Amino acid sequence: MTMLPATAGAKKLGLVIDLDICVGCHACAVNCKEWNSGGHSAPMTDWNAYSGTESTDGDDAGAWGVWFNRVHTYEVGDGAEGRTVHFPRSCLHCETPACVTVCPTGASYKREEDGIVLVNEDLCIGCKLCSWACAYGAREYDHEDGVMKKCTLCIDRIYNENLEEVDRVPACVSTCPASARHFGDLGDADSAVSRLVAERGGYDLMPEMGFKPTNKYLPPRPGKTACGSTGAPSRLEQLVAEAADAVPTGAAIPATTGGKLLAWVDAVLSR
Amino acid sequence: MHPAASVIFFTTASGAGYGLLFLMGIAGAAGLVPPTLAFGLVGFTLAFGLITTGLLASTFHLGRPERAWRALSQWRSSWLSREGVAALVTYAPAGLFALGWVVFGEARGVWGVFGLLGSLGAVATVICTGMIYASLPTIRQWRQPLTIPGYLAIGLYTGALWMALLTAAFGGTASVFLWLAVLAGLATAAVKSLYWRTIDTEAPVTTSGTATGLGSLGRVRLLDAPTTSQNYVMREMGYRVARKHAMKLRAIAAVAGVAVPVLLLLIAAVVGGSGAVVPVFLAALSGSAGAVVERWLFFAEATHVVTTYYGAEAA
Repeated sequence: MTMLPATAGAKKLGLVIDLDICVGCHACAVNCKEWNSGGHSAPMTDWNAYSGTESTDGDDAGAWGVWFNRVHTYEVGDGAEGRTVHFPRSCLHCETPACVTVCPTGASYKREEDGIVLVNEDLCIGCKLCSWACAYGAREYDHEDGVMKKCTLCIDRIYNENLEEVDRVPACVSTCPASARHFGDLGDADSAVSRLVAERGGYDLMPEMGFKPTNKYLPPRPGKTACGSTGAPSRLEQLVAEAADAVPTGAAIPATTGGKLLAWVDAVLSR
Repeated sequence: MHPAASVIFFTTASGAGYGLLFLMGIAGAAGLVPPTLAFGLVGFTLAFGLITTGLLASTFHLGRPERAWRALSQWRSSWLSREGVAALVTYAPAGLFALGWVVFGEARGVWGVFGLLGSLGAVATVICTGMIYASLPTIRQWRQPLTIPGYLAIGLYTGALWMALLTAAFGGTASVFLWLAVLAGLATAAVKSLYWRTIDTEAPVTTSGTATGLGSLGRVRLLDAPTTSQNYVMREMGYRVARKHAMKLRAIAAVAGVAVPVLLLLIAAVVGGSGAVVPVFLAALSGSAGAVVERWLFFAEATHVVTTYYGAEAA
């Protein structure tokens, strides 16, 4: 049923992603692919996996496949204020997801009990309209199965009693080596994730679309302008001075050191 | 947005078919055309043919066409589902109307009521088609007040072109539909010109700053994409057409779609009688080709907000 739950449940399971910590290693994306290749949405098909160049593949060019997690890297700001931000993107399990309401078959649905947005692959006709309706690029089409697939918030992990309790989190969360991803109930104001969002000013992506994403992103912390009491600058100055003494100037290099070839290279490069 | 050939064919063919069905319903009920066997056979074959092949074509782009019937189930929330229901429901009164016309030679009275219901269904179906696009906030070029008028105008216009041909060939007050086609053509030109001007001048709805939430830290630009080759989202939503290309195609749509057909219709009006059949037929062909180009542009010029994650600064 593609009508949204009339009474939104109190429980809103989702992710909180810390853009200050993420190192852009793509481990979340890889472990997501790994887990889901054997889980609820299996298989996660790839095409032209060993493709050479896009020009030799014709219309279906390049290696591509179904992934639920994608890590983008952005450059933000300019000059001294510029920084690199790694940005993992997956389904945000919106409170008012248009991908669900546009679905003509009832394959897309939002669970009343925990707010997870899922696709029933047995009902999906592969019309792709949900992927047009999603602002976040969360839905990917599987050409092999002819159906749409998406992040399940690892529904086959988080409720899986065969796993240790500590492992009952989405694969992306369990694998993140920097602990940049947090899983929990964002409907509960006292939950660890909700407190994290409140402390760090967690925000919604593309709020102007009005889909009310459940997942929140924590902004990068401001860059440091002072070093505090670590003594780094004085030590650094000392190192610079030592380095200046240790490295001979170009003119001081004896012609015999390293042979004539290196001397010539040095001379050429010094022009 | 990637312009899928099956969807372009479906929306233009079914648009013309519903336009023709709409006009036959009204013309039959009002007695503007004689309910002869020849007119009925050719007219309904054309109308139902365009509608049905269009509907079938729309299932070609499905991953699971054998499940297409399931699309009728979610009419409470989905415009795509509503379109399917409206299309199927319209067959009933339209089919009865065709029965009265072709078998009983009667298109007025109670048969005329069926005709008018069919006309109503035709309008409803085309509105649902337009709403599939107009209801998506993720694509600003589609979420426009002029999207529905555009679909209705082009449906009426291409339908009127074929209706003008039928009346020229099989009798009836041909001049009514000839001039109606001219007016609908001019209306289409006005609606689309205004639409194109709107999408060209309107501000984008989303930027890479709001998409990532990092806009307050400065200009956000993509340093490294998630994949080295194009993924599904980039292929489906990231389709781009060169600006000058788009301008040329708009000109082609305007000339082939409206200017040439209107000129041919004026020639037909001057020639009159059975000599009008050839210029009206050419006008219908040219107008339909123009509609296809317009619909291709409708997709190709649409920018999806998800592209702001993939390097677009705004969408």
